[in-house]
Amino acid sequence: MNSPEVLRAVAGGMLIGAGAATLLLLNGRVAGVSGILGNVIRKAAGEQGWRLGFLLGLLVPALILGTGPALLPHHWSWAIVSGLLVGAGTQIGAGCTSGHGVCGLANLSTRSLVATLVFMSAAVLTVFVVRHAGAP
Amino acid sequence: MKFFTALLAGLLFGAGLLVSGMTNPANVLGFLDIFGEWRPQLAIVMGAAVLTAAPSFWAVRRSRRSLLGAPIDLPDRRRIDKLLLAGAATFGVGWGLSGICPGPGIVLLASGQGMAYLFMAAVIAGMWLVQLIRNKRDLR
Repeated sequence: MNSPEVLRAVAGGMLIGAGAATLLLLNGRVAGVSGILGNVIRKAAGEQGWRLGFLLGLLVPALILGTGPALLPHHWSWAIVSGLLVGAGTQIGAGCTSGHGVCGLANLSTRSLVATLVFMSAAVLTVFVVRHAGAP
Repeated sequence: MKFFTALLAGLLFGAGLLVSGMTNPANVLGFLDIFGEWRPQLAIVMGAAVLTAAPSFWAVRRSRRSLLGAPIDLPDRRRIDKLLLAGAATFGVGWGLSGICPGPGIVLLASGQGMAYLFMAAVIAGMWLVQLIRNKRDLR
């Protein structure tokens, strides 16, 4: 890891935090991407305008600047299984990396700290099994 | 108005994901691979994001309205139950398989690659399935 990478990580993290702060201070809402997406597809959760605004905002910088290099799953079955688990898990556990990881920790939430430790551990274990435990 | 302030928040958030390199699953998997060639970026990104957002959480816990007069909607900070643990573990396994979580998943749609669309379609299908079961059994 070189110093430009550290700089980008710090600057990018501050932008993410500023985005979460903006949504909280102005809209009074938590910037949890899975929660926002889940409520958009549920349709029953009341006002949708701000949710669509936030999701559109996420997409626009990449539409203008491009996404850069991105290592996507090589096989369609991998993408589907991973996506299903991410979608189901975040609905059952009420949050993902942004909601529990960034906003929950910033809000000093024990619930989010526990969730973050659990999903991080599960992800580390999964990567270990895939990369080092002799999986094909 | 609420649309535009949320759009601004999304723009900052999305730009941050891009700048930090967290939209590249290789960087995320590199962080999760603590037994391989570990890449600590994700921890730095998360640390910087949490520290930047924390003062505003501290501030709104003291007021009941946002600067636009909207009610502050903060989730429970204490409740730890089986659903939280099972959901987080399920999400973690899925995240570890691809290195993509919902935020970067949406950003990656801009790549126009079929695999990104397939992933997000599966995410939405997974959410929808849980909502369907929840509605039937009236969980929570």
